[in-house]
Amino acid sequence: MSEPVLRVKDLRTQFHTRAGILKAVDGVSFEVGRGRILGLVGESGSGKSVTGYSILGLIEAPGEVAGGQVLLNGQDLTKLKGEAIRRVRGAQVAMVFQDPMMTLNPVLKIGTQMIAAVRAHDRVSRKVAWTRARDALAKVGIPSPEERLDAYPHQLSGGMRQRVAIAIALLHNPAVIIADEPTTALDVSIQGQILAEVRRLADETGTAFVWVTHDLAVVSSLADDICVMYAGRVVETGAAADVIAAPRHPYTAGLLASVPAEHEPGTRLPQVPGSTPSLANLPPGCAFAPRCFRAGPACTTTPPVQDFGDGRTALCHYPIETDKCQPLSSTSTTYRSAS
Amino acid sequence: MSSSPAISAPAETRWVRLGNFWSDFKQSPVAVAALIVIVSVVLMAVLAPLVAPQDPYNQQTLDLFDARLEPGEVGSGGYVHWLGTDAAGRDVYSAILYGLRTSLIVGVMAGTFALVLGATVGLIAAYYGGRIEAIIMRVIDLQLSLPAILLALVLVAMLGQGLPQLVTALVAAQYAYFARTTHGAASAERRKDYIEAALSTPLPARQVLFRHLLPNALPPLIVVATVQVANSIALEATLSFLGLGLPLTQPSLGSLISNGFQFLLSGRYWISIYPGIALMLTVVAINLVGDQVRHVLNPRRSR
Amino acid sequence: MIGFLIQRILQALLVIIAMSIIVFLGVYAIGNPIDVMIDPASDQALREALIHRYGLDRPLIEQYFIFMNNMLHGDLGESFIYRLPVLSLIWSRFPATLELALTAMMIATCLGIPLGLWAGYKPDSLSARAIMAFSVLGFSVPTFWVGLLLIMMFAVELGWLPSGGRGPVTNVLGMPLSITSLEGWSYIILPAFNLALFKLGLLIRLTRAGTIEVMSSDYVRFARAQGLSESKVVGLHVLKNISIPIVTVFGLELGSTLAFAVVTETVFNWPGMGKLIIDSITVLDRPVMVAYLILVVFLFVVINLVVDLIYGQLDPRIRVKAAS
Repeated sequence: MSEPVLRVKDLRTQFHTRAGILKAVDGVSFEVGRGRILGLVGESGSGKSVTGYSILGLIEAPGEVAGGQVLLNGQDLTKLKGEAIRRVRGAQVAMVFQDPMMTLNPVLKIGTQMIAAVRAHDRVSRKVAWTRARDALAKVGIPSPEERLDAYPHQLSGGMRQRVAIAIALLHNPAVIIADEPTTALDVSIQGQILAEVRRLADETGTAFVWVTHDLAVVSSLADDICVMYAGRVVETGAAADVIAAPRHPYTAGLLASVPAEHEPGTRLPQVPGSTPSLANLPPGCAFAPRCFRAGPACTTTPPVQDFGDGRTALCHYPIETDKCQPLSSTSTTYRSAS
Repeated sequence: MSSSPAISAPAETRWVRLGNFWSDFKQSPVAVAALIVIVSVVLMAVLAPLVAPQDPYNQQTLDLFDARLEPGEVGSGGYVHWLGTDAAGRDVYSAILYGLRTSLIVGVMAGTFALVLGATVGLIAAYYGGRIEAIIMRVIDLQLSLPAILLALVLVAMLGQGLPQLVTALVAAQYAYFARTTHGAASAERRKDYIEAALSTPLPARQVLFRHLLPNALPPLIVVATVQVANSIALEATLSFLGLGLPLTQPSLGSLISNGFQFLLSGRYWISIYPGIALMLTVVAINLVGDQVRHVLNPRRSR
Repeated sequence: MIGFLIQRILQALLVIIAMSIIVFLGVYAIGNPIDVMIDPASDQALREALIHRYGLDRPLIEQYFIFMNNMLHGDLGESFIYRLPVLSLIWSRFPATLELALTAMMIATCLGIPLGLWAGYKPDSLSARAIMAFSVLGFSVPTFWVGLLLIMMFAVELGWLPSGGRGPVTNVLGMPLSITSLEGWSYIILPAFNLALFKLGLLIRLTRAGTIEVMSSDYVRFARAQGLSESKVVGLHVLKNISIPIVTVFGLELGSTLAFAVVTETVFNWPGMGKLIIDSITVLDRPVMVAYLILVVFLFVVINLVVDLIYGQLDPRIRVKAAS
């Protein structure tokens, strides 16, 4: 892999609440290379979205980035404050949010919002900004972009709005785009179109993507690499194809087993038993242990990072061995009996 | 099962809910202080004949010789006039206690009648729907677009002066707030499926009205009622100040302030200012409590 | 759009007619005004002549139609007390009230929006709490009482400003105004501030609530992620979003400010329409009362209409609904 554009090292984000300190992101590390797409996977509450916000310094009180580094081409973004971090946002690292209905201001025209985004970083005339906005819309495959610039968000469909959001993210040709579940709120067919568009953009422009999602099906068709999060920690990393073919961490295996496409129709879909633990009340040692079918006595202590080479790691005392790996269907049987 | 709706809340949970309400309410020390002010004001008003050194409206106890004494001076009665006396020799402190009585009676009466009338009108509109609802709400909206002071002014002008006339004017000027609040909450509930289901059974209509629609409108109504009592008191004081409220034989805080206004410019501030402070404390305290109640009852507030 | 406009204008007309009936009947239900106007000792013939002159011997319905007919010709009757045409009487007082109300609205806006923005931008700061406490005082303490305090403070104790009256006026476009001279300002500033307090409290709360809502929205987060500066976020997103409720309230409150001027004008002895109506009510000068009330209702309806139209222009979502 070429030199990574974005390297997150031991990132820690905490929220100070009445119930105590919640470690929403607890020592997360990963890296993304130029033009590559990293799938950041986890259930809701796993800290994947907070990771995205932490990278851009968008965590607001009572939350704070308590430690670690976010290196963008070697520069640590966590050290930047005020105007310095503002210059990074949107220009070098951009973001796309989950709900396209909410991310555009309903009372401002698309054009107004895009022109503001252009002029946030480049001192150009409104006319030049308008032209760049139009070109950006065209680039993400929006038909008749001039008319769209003059429209209000509610006059556009959800898929179209998300394309606008992606176009805004692309305005300054950022090195990295963090996409926080951007297709979750969309129809499956529109989701497919947008995923294809993103893959094309990553290849053509060299922009790296951090694609935050809970949907492994999306990741398997889009991402180059995968980073699975659970309760604020990275539990498994590796190349997307490898992880999906042979997960090392029991949690990843459980997630994979619950993807409908992998399952025989007519039988009950296996699911990971239990639910995401509350961050305020994490068990000692491995946070996944209470839901894990492989849990053993060692799991009450903090699990080690097991390195399998080729960027494959798992945070587990008892990782699934590749050669002894059970077929997925039998893994799922284990889950069903456990529930 | 948390998903199945409770048919009716047992008494026990009601107490628990009240306890929760109180523990949420006391989160704000300002609101607690305001509540203490309200309780003491009410106590003082109720106990006025026992607490006041003088019956300010018994002409025999008044002595013109005592007129316009400064605060702290001792009058012919042999006791200290802590807040001074007015032009007729009335002890201002006693007058305030009795004035508070009148103001509170007017405020609570107007608030209660407006609540009953407004809630009824709002419920009728929400329950019947259709054209009846459209007409009622149109009238309510129109009334709400006119300031209450204007309506009260017209009505007082039409009806003349006196306690019943004043209360009528205040109710007529304020019931619309209750009507709209009730209608808003009740009609949102009315559209829910379970009300349709209840209506399709041979249950009497009033059961639906009182068991389902009214309880849902209660929390916002309580908030509006608190604020409207304060508004009634303030509005009454304003009308009395303008000379259109209660006569001086039955003075409220507003008439006391009005009575002292002419002396203000000559430096005899106490005749107006102390009744004014009593008025301000009462009205602000009620509003602060209302604010906190609104905050606690707000369903959108994160628990 | 035209259909919408016509519909709204018809509605407004209906409201004015309904209100004129209510006001007319209501006000004319009060005791005999003739008793107020003439010496009780005067003879019956004079009484009857007067009753006849003012048309008070005719049936109420007829009186109403005569009144409406006259009103359409711009004649709202003659004051029993001043013996002047009511319309010119009210009109002569109108500039004073309008000037007072507009100055008050200006004060409320210039102070209320920045204070509300700040209180909403940093809702937990000490200054924001102080602003909110002030706003609670602003709309819960009765206007007349604050007026008294202002007079006591600035006129009696400090002696900086006059305690009442209007001061010198200059004619601007045929309207006598006092805001054209410094001395005029010394007269208007206290009553205008007094009248502004209620709106100020309201505007602070409204602006704050709107600001908090917009600041916590996804689109502000998105705007920040695009690298928009905080001043741009507030200036573009927050101001545009809160402008809708604020313009609505501003418009609607202009009417109620005119009505609330009744109190302030009495406290500060300001010679406007409000002072006129209070004086007329105390002496039962019915033509003035009826004319004033109908004019105020008319003003209200017109203002509501204008606000509705502006609202549609500001909020694209409403505009689409109206068009379809």
